[in-house]
Formats: sequence, structure tokens, C-alpha cells
Amino acid sequence: MNPEQILFFVFGLLALVGAISVISFRHPIYSALALIVTFFAQAGLFVLLGAHFVAAAQVIVYAGAIMVLFLFVIMLLNLGRRDREGAPTGAKLKGIGIVLGILFAAEGIYIAVNARNGTAVASAQPAPEAVTTYGIGELLFSKYLLPFEVTSLILLAALIGVIVLVKREKPTDN
Amino acid sequence: MMAACDNVASGSGKTMFFAEGALSNPLGPYRRMGLPLNVLLLSSIVKILIIAHLLLIGVMAMIWAERRISGWMQDRLGPNRVGFQGLLQPIADGIKFLLKEDLIPNHVDKPLYVLAPAMLLIPAMLTIAVVPFGGSIEIAGHTIPLQIADINIGILYILAITSLGVYGVVLGAWASNNKYSLLGGLRSSAQMISYELTLGLAIIGVLMLTVVEQGGSALSLREIAKSQGKNLWNWNFLIHFPAFLAFTTAMFAETNRLPFDLAEAEQELVAGYHTEYSSMKFAMFFMAEYMNMIVGSAVTVTLFLGGWHFFGLENVGGPILSGLISFGIFFAKTAIFLFVFIWVRWTLPRFRYDQLMNLGWKFLLPVALSSIVVTGFLWVTTDGNKLLIGIGNVVAAFIVISVVGGLLVMNKPPEVSTPEIAGLDTLESEGSS
Repeated sequence: MNPEQILFFVFGLLALVGAISVISFRHPIYSALALIVTFFAQAGLFVLLGAHFVAAAQVIVYAGAIMVLFLFVIMLLNLGRRDREGAPTGAKLKGIGIVLGILFAAEGIYIAVNARNGTAVASAQPAPEAVTTYGIGELLFSKYLLPFEVTSLILLAALIGVIVLVKREKPTDN
Repeated sequence: MMAACDNVASGSGKTMFFAEGALSNPLGPYRRMGLPLNVLLLSSIVKILIIAHLLLIGVMAMIWAERRISGWMQDRLGPNRVGFQGLLQPIADGIKFLLKEDLIPNHVDKPLYVLAPAMLLIPAMLTIAVVPFGGSIEIAGHTIPLQIADINIGILYILAITSLGVYGVVLGAWASNNKYSLLGGLRSSAQMISYELTLGLAIIGVLMLTVVEQGGSALSLREIAKSQGKNLWNWNFLIHFPAFLAFTTAMFAETNRLPFDLAEAEQELVAGYHTEYSSMKFAMFFMAEYMNMIVGSAVTVTLFLGGWHFFGLENVGGPILSGLISFGIFFAKTAIFLFVFIWVRWTLPRFRYDQLMNLGWKFLLPVALSSIVVTGFLWVTTDGNKLLIGIGNVVAAFIVISVVGGLLVMNKPPEVSTPEIAGLDTLESEGSS
């Protein structure tokens, strides 16, 4: 085993343990923390793949902004009391869970089988121009301009939606 | 699944971590600077040891300096009994912290309570890894850069790691199970989220100009510092003055320092998020604050104040001496900036919460955005005239601030009239106009 493989297994194991912890912890705060661990381990895997920009973006976007908001919501939801009630466990949710679980398991097996033959998994090498942030920027503004702009429009729409939802009509109390 | 893992790992066999690939790839994460592997590892270990200890000693020095300078500014002495001029005071404090009982209150959430100080301290220490603290030293024919890791995404790494620091504050606050702590933690998280945006946007103007000059690796802090060493007046804070101010202000907010220390406002929240902490756990929070200040100053010096460059002084002397001089220059600049931290603490009173949010969202963020637009626009239209870019940035910032200020004054909600106190209305309207 070379160092890269050892690191791969360390990060892979960490991601799996984190992911399982997310659903097995009873307390939402701990689940959120486990999710950070998973995201962090994924960032480590991205680094091993040579996608350093993606790794940094992963940490900044997920582990940073979204998780802070996540914690925010959780803390305002069960302020000061230990909420031992897990997520609602209806028969419907269980059904969805089983279906999704089977789908993911099938996908995993499919990839694993085909990876042995070396067909299903794309090369672990990133495109040469996508290694640097500069290259990614150039690709985003030339080859992938339309998807990029569409994504930014969706984000803008979400932003405006939030402002409209939150904005009070007129300050009445002061 | 195992098979898939195996395949992915061996599929990237061409980019073995230590063999070739990642380390030797000039565009890769860690630029090896043409060093043989053993030299690289040895020099890295030495640099890590030196810098980690310098950082810890720097924390001690900062605690001493803060108390003495605060005393000087308030016309009192400050601690001057332990050792020469009180220099050993931080050591005495440290011993006290270590010997105190490590108290864990009964009502706290134990795992997170113990974890929180470390989660604040570790990101603070990690950030220094990518900051270039000097030019390079030539030893035995090898040019060794004075930087622990010159990674290609240096500035993104710093933004990512510093954004993790807020977890320590929030988790410590929540785990303490104390309403004052929680209030402090929530304030802190809202503040950090708000000012992180400004922090990230204010540096984009710098990155844009660096990318044009240095090619495709503008996110490396070494390249940013290098681009400011070409001539005397190339330091970024002159070209991007409004962005520099916005960045510095946001950094003060990120480090939870006065005037932004709402998370631990004594008069309102006891001690905020670390109310329930004592002994070494409190000391870790305390150290993290100073470490964040030191690292923040070092990053600001690198981004805006020329890094280790000072009018060509860094090129004086031989291959070893010039490296040491460049380190001295960087050290001095960082120290001066740290003095500014203490200076500001006793100059500005703490902001009110709404003032804090107004400053961050309505002034700093638009100024940072305007600097991006103006820098890009002027770079293209004036063919890269840096003087014009600098002037344009300042003018744009003035326009933005006056427009926002004007809008705020016009849309001000009507004041609550208090008829009992005669003359208060006129006083307030005079004050706001």
C-alpha cells in the first residue's frame, strides 16, 4: 500500500463512519456534527483525486456556510431541552427508505462490478485544464457558460424568494 | 465496494502521493519547488516545528503586549512584576491555568463541552500552514521557500479553515447549556456568517490583478506576495484601498475582537460562550483568540501589505541573510498590525447589534462588491493602469457609501416620540441629519 491508498482508506472510512453516525445519533446536533465529518472526509478524497478547488469549495460551502445555518436551525428548534424524539417513523417513510436503500445498494454493486472490468468508472485523472482554479474558471466561462449562468439564476431566484418570504410589509412596532 | 475502492486508488496510480504526481506536478496541490523528497520532508518538519512554536510564543507575547499596551493607553502600569517588565506574566498565567481544577459542570453536554475549545484552537493553528513568512533560504544548494505548504488554493484554504472556527464557539455555547452562553454563541455565528462574505469578496480584486500578472496560480499566497515586490508602490492596499479596509474590518469581526466582541460582551452576557469554562479549557479559547489575531495579521500582511517585501531590503545580503531579513520584515509588519489590533480595542467602543449588521451588510459588502466591478472594468478599459484602478476604487467606494447612507437616512423608520422628555425629538433629529 502506498501512502495515497492509506489516505484513501482513512478518508473513505471516516466518510462512511460519519455518514452512518448522521442517521444513528439520536440528537440532531450530533448528527449535524457527524455530517461535517463526512463532508470533511469527502474533501480529503477530492484532494487525493487532484481536485483541490472542489475540495476547498466543499469545505467552504458545506462544512462552512450550510452547516452553520443547519446548527442555527437545530438550536432554535430545540432550545435547551434534550429532544430524544427521532424523526417521524411512519410506514410511508420506511417504504421510501427501503426503496432508496435498494437503489443505492444496486448502484454500488453495479459500480463495483464494472470497476473490476474497468469500464463503468471514469478515469480518476481530472481533465488537465480542470486542475487549477484558473483552469476551472476558464472552463466555467467558456465551455460550461450556459449551465453556469443557469445555476446562478436559480440561486438568484432562491435568494429573492427568501427575501420576499422574510420581508415584513411595514415595521409596525417601531 | 472494496473492489471499487481498490480500483479508484490504483486507477490514479500515476499520481502517487509521494512518488510523482501530486508532489511533482507544477500545477498540483503542493509545489515541490524542485526539491528532492528527503530535503522537502526534512525542511518541512523543521519549518513546522519553528512556526508552530513561534505561534505559541507569539500568543504569549501578545497576551503580555496587550496587557501592557492597554495599561499604557489607560495611564496605568499593567503587569510588571513577574520577570523583567512582567515578561514572564503569561507563563505564570499558564501555570495557573494548568494547576486549576479542570471543572466540568453537571449541566453541560459533556462530549461537546470538551470538544469545543479544541475545535476553535485547531483551525486557528492550521491556517498558518499556507502563509509565506519570508522569501527563501539557500542551504547546501537547495532553495528552501520560507513557507510550510505552498498550496495552489492557498487563499481558499484559509477561507475554508477559518470558517470552521465558528463551530468551536457555537458548540461551546450550546454545550454549556446556559442561556448567556447560547446567546453569545448565536450572536457570534450570525456575525461570522455575515462578515465571511465581505472577507471573501474583498480579496477578489487582489486575486484578479495577481492572476493577470503571475499567470494561473493567483490563489497561492506566495504568488500574491511576490506580485507586490516588483516595484516600490505595488502593495495591494494602495491599489485596493477600500477592499483593504473592508477586509481588515471583516477580520476584526471574525476574530471576535473589540469593537466586534458582542459574543462575549461582559455587561450583557457574563462572558458569552466561554462563561462555563475554566482552567485550561478556557485558556484554549483564550489562546485561540490571540492565535486568530496573529494569523489574521499575517494573512493581511501577505495579501495587502507586500508580504516580506520592503523596498528591496529583502534582497540585501547573501542567500541565507536575505532570507532571514525577509522573515524579519514579515515579522515586523505582522507585529505592527497586531499593535493596531490593540490600538483599535481602546479606540472604538463596542457596536450595538443592529449597527454591526448594518455595517456588515449595507456598507462593507457593497464596498467589496464595487471593488470587484471597478477593478475589472478599469483593468480592461485603462490597459492595466494601477494608479487609475486605485483612484477608481476609492471613488467607487465613496459613491457606494454615500448612496447607501443616503438611502438609509431617507428610509429611516419614524422615531418613537417621547413627549415626557422635552426637547429629545429635536436632539435626535439633529443627531441623525
